Amino acid sequence: MNQPVLNLSPKVSDEIRKTTCYMCACRCGIDVHMINQPDGSQKVSYIEGNRDHPVNRGVLCAKGSAGIMQHNSPARLRAPMKRAGERGSGEFEEISWEEAYSIAESWLRPIRETDPSKLAFFTGRDQSQSFTSWWAQAFGTPNYAAHGGFCSVNMAAGGIYTMGGAFWEFGQPDWDRAKLFLLFGVAEDHDSNPIKMGLGKLKKRGAKVVGINPVRSGYNAVADDWFGITPGTDGLLILSLVHCLLKAGKIDLEYLRDFTDAPVLIDADPASPTHGLALLDDDGHKLVWDRTEKRARCYDAADVNPDLAGVWDVDGVRHRTVFVHLAEKYLDAAYTPEAVAGRVGIPAPRIRALASEIARVAFDEAIELDREWTDFRGRIHKTMKGRPVAMHAMRGISAHANGFQTCRALHMLQILIGSVETPGGFRFKPPYPKAATAHPKPHSKVTPGAPLDGPHLGFVQGPADLALKDDGTPARIDKAFTWDNPMSAHGMMHMVISNAHAGDPYRIDTLFMYMANMAWNSSMNTSGTMEMLSDKDANGDYVIPHIIYSDAYSSEMVAYADLILPDTTYLERHDCISLLDRPICEAEAAADAIRWPVVEPDRDVKGFQSALVDLGARLGLPGFVKDDGSRKFADYADYIVSHERRPGVGPLMGWRGNGEETGRGAPNPAQLDRYIENGGFAIAHIPEEAQFYKPWNKAYQDWAVEIGLFDKAAPYLFTLWCEPLRRFQLAAEGHGDRQPPEPLRARIKATMDPLPIWWDASLGQDGDGEFTVNALTQRPMAMYHSWGGQNAWLRQIHGRNPMYIPTKLWELHGFEEDGWARITSPHGAITVPVAHMPALNANTIWTWNAIGKRKGAWALHDNAPEVKEGFLLNHLIHELLPPKRDGMRWSNSDPITGQAAWFDLKVKIEKVSAPDGARSKPDSGTQKSPVGKGPDALAWEVG
Amino acid sequence: MTALPTTTKKKLGLVIDLDTCVGCHACVTACKGWNTQNYGAPLSDQDPYGKASGTFLNRIHSFQVTPERDDGAPVLAQTVHFPKSCLHCEDAPCVTVCPTGASYKRAEDGIVLVNEDACMGCGLCAWACPYGAREADAAAGIMKKCTLCVDRIYNENLPEIDRQPACVRTCPAGARHFGDLADPTSDVSILVAERGGVDLMPEQGTKPVNQYLPPRPRDTIGMTGPATGAADTLSGEEDILAPFLASVTEEPQGFLGWLDRALEKL
Repeated sequence: MNQPVLNLSPKVSDEIRKTTCYMCACRCGIDVHMINQPDGSQKVSYIEGNRDHPVNRGVLCAKGSAGIMQHNSPARLRAPMKRAGERGSGEFEEISWEEAYSIAESWLRPIRETDPSKLAFFTGRDQSQSFTSWWAQAFGTPNYAAHGGFCSVNMAAGGIYTMGGAFWEFGQPDWDRAKLFLLFGVAEDHDSNPIKMGLGKLKKRGAKVVGINPVRSGYNAVADDWFGITPGTDGLLILSLVHCLLKAGKIDLEYLRDFTDAPVLIDADPASPTHGLALLDDDGHKLVWDRTEKRARCYDAADVNPDLAGVWDVDGVRHRTVFVHLAEKYLDAAYTPEAVAGRVGIPAPRIRALASEIARVAFDEAIELDREWTDFRGRIHKTMKGRPVAMHAMRGISAHANGFQTCRALHMLQILIGSVETPGGFRFKPPYPKAATAHPKPHSKVTPGAPLDGPHLGFVQGPADLALKDDGTPARIDKAFTWDNPMSAHGMMHMVISNAHAGDPYRIDTLFMYMANMAWNSSMNTSGTMEMLSDKDANGDYVIPHIIYSDAYSSEMVAYADLILPDTTYLERHDCISLLDRPICEAEAAADAIRWPVVEPDRDVKGFQSALVDLGARLGLPGFVKDDGSRKFADYADYIVSHERRPGVGPLMGWRGNGEETGRGAPNPAQLDRYIENGGFAIAHIPEEAQFYKPWNKAYQDWAVEIGLFDKAAPYLFTLWCEPLRRFQLAAEGHGDRQPPEPLRARIKATMDPLPIWWDASLGQDGDGEFTVNALTQRPMAMYHSWGGQNAWLRQIHGRNPMYIPTKLWELHGFEEDGWARITSPHGAITVPVAHMPALNANTIWTWNAIGKRKGAWALHDNAPEVKEGFLLNHLIHELLPPKRDGMRWSNSDPITGQAAWFDLKVKIEKVSAPDGARSKPDSGTQKSPVGKGPDALAWEVG
Repeated sequence: MTALPTTTKKKLGLVIDLDTCVGCHACVTACKGWNTQNYGAPLSDQDPYGKASGTFLNRIHSFQVTPERDDGAPVLAQTVHFPKSCLHCEDAPCVTVCPTGASYKRAEDGIVLVNEDACMGCGLCAWACPYGAREADAAAGIMKKCTLCVDRIYNENLPEIDRQPACVRTCPAGARHFGDLADPTSDVSILVAERGGVDLMPEQGTKPVNQYLPPRPRDTIGMTGPATGAADTLSGEEDILAPFLASVTEEPQGFLGWLDRALEKL
């Protein structure tokens, strides 16, 4: 043999710097390998997962592993810019930061002094919302939110209003103990690596994975059982499962009795002004019927023995328990598998068999941990009982107009079998659990020259909390927290541009956005949005007078702004992934993390948050300046370390005070160094006896107070009966001073049921039967929205997005490989390439989201497949529903939360021949690239 | 013609679990990132911001599969994600076909490598490989292939736990395993035995070292029974597919009567 001699131990790198990934919202820990350069600088040579990190334990996804191509992208912006051509043209002039700030100040200062609401400040996939919202609050505008409203507020709000926490960043399945796992909904993104790691754990143990999803891709490809449900009918399927379980008595009565509002007494007298509300004692505590003492008592009494069944008259008013209402509703024959099978697209026996499997695993394979714990009533439990059926959901179930109630239905199912916060089930991650009533309420009172009266976003409890002006008109530009969508907890970013363009409810002066590609894939009605952004009035002035935008890359939205504040890449910036926001906690630990500049930018760019610190200081915003008017924070890093939200509680929990304090403590100037030494994160483990039953577990509540999650113990009951919904219904029935507008009364009554309901949300989308096929999008696991399109490696994996067509439609229309289709909706038409996919719901088509790119954007060449045949489904989706002949245009949103109903879209398909040049339609024009085009060849190696 | 070693002391290779692979492509880019920076020439990309094509040592192919049942009953279509890289065959035709001796199989561990100094990029190895596991790098003009991260697995500059291929280290679902398949007591050999690991295309006679674990049976809930066709006819309380759902509502006083008695027993 003539084998060459190899160096099997080559040097890997000169240094490893540990920071946090930002290729998606997962926030994994990464080891960034650095190689020294002759000039003394360092270059990034390789990125891999951090083995010590609580989120990813060393693994890293395709995006994270390709981060180096994001960091060196030719699409990176290089310096602040001001617009030099028409909006949309992409013509810019590079300017200094001083000039950029002075332009911004010249727009913002007069607004703040006269009417702060003329600023609309919306941040997209922002991971610093506790900071950006604080800035907006100091400015005084009510018009602030991030992207949750068009993303998945139904998921968050449905969970928080029902059980004080939700999926994704808020909670996780008990991957180590679950024996049956149900994953609902289209999408393969959040909580990317933890879900993959969890699936791996389930598979290793031989646990059963069930996917309920119209599309059998990604996680559903490895599901042992796939239920290819009709989009928008998840709620109906879930209520049928509830029906089956109730009818068989396969519910956890002890759990329902002790930890939920199932025994709470509800006013059942239709004539009563409090009909449908809970019976309260004088201190506002909910009352239950005590089986032993035969009287109504406070739910948290130490020796209370709540009854679930029954009807009692209390002070002459008839009351029934929540559970009696619930059982009566769902035992109805409307929810039998046979009654729902046709609509959900799954045969009745499979629905019943799934219910049976849930019942079998929950009750015949129950588990018990030998851990003693004490509940909030002071009762000691010798063990922790568990129902090892875990459920989780992706965005798909929430992106419908019935999404909020669907998410509530899913949580009701989990709660009925006792599988929330119990071993083998679903577990919250700090700072959750936290009841909806423990969150702030929305604030919207504007005072010229002064801060807003409180946080913008929150959880309304009834009509009194709506963000309405004294004259009853919406206080916010997005109309969040109005009768149109009262519980819009994350705001409604998707309505901002169209409302601002229409001057409805009022005109604004400056639109200020961050990291949200609203001129492209993040807006419904993309073509219309591009027109609104560039539309001019009779005087030739832009209808939306000023647009400031911050992005790190030459996106489509950049071309539509007047002033660009260039952001850094994720390896060049400071960030904190904070307990005040969406931290990186695990079910058994609180954790937070930082980003820090592992390399300094080689361009004239600045982390957006530092730019906000600068602007805050220039404008003299409270909190951003000292008493003498001088700036308070040098930059965002200084804010992260120095800011205190409450005394002793700041953005980061680790190494506070003298450096040894966790959670609470004075600011520690060396805090960031300690994070860097520890690999970029801090972790505080939850004591063993506090790791389950957290909402009711005394040890957990005490621990949470100790580390500063809240200031006093706050146990609560899960709320199967959502009283805030009922309060809006009561108003719609004519009770109370604050009354909904007449046209909305019937809809509020119908949709805001205090118990989960289902309705066909796609009604009205089908153009009287012309449009009958469901159309969806999801983004691939290996790409993150539009930002992946510039990534030389990832775009070779996902550079193309055909419309996937199921077998039945493929054959019906006679499609062939490499064929094309014209897809129309009541709103528009696209002409796109097609591909056959058998593992797909028979009446559903779908494509990858945000692959298509506008010519000139992202430094791509004109021959890029994303530019040529790539497309957006967004062109078919309007922010308003088709006209209903009632003279009104109804929002294409959930009537409860305002979440964008992306997935209620119905379309028609026709086979067409390939368009000229095999180029998809519509043609969205061209923007000039302010950064040129990417290189013609790459052979990436850092020497 | 280049000779293969008669035996190798070890058979280092990968075990890839098709029951667990979600098709996330993490292994693809982790491989690209490590190998463009390390062994041999970088993995180049042509027109990377246009039509884009490049060298990858590991790719994932996704297939639509509709299995057939013996009884002809309907089954659901499936998606299978299939990661593919060099299988480090015992009888590697890519080695024996190599005219320059550039391709070789290491005697000590069985890894198939290309000595880039001796490779002239003729591409015969790519033609000979039945798996399509070799790629010609257009910029370097040589053949590239999976090295099993030979510069990681013995690398004393890496912590011991990291001495494994980049694709294995990064796989979020734990669908990739690395070890010595010549040792029947190794974790990978045990896994192959337990899960019925298979050779890819055994009829090619290449004796691949890498093994694939097949997907477990799919779609059993409500689809089993005498024939899946039964799923359309079975229903109601007699449902043999749902034995855990005996109704309580027919008990005295119906559901609430059952509830009262059940609460009394708690």
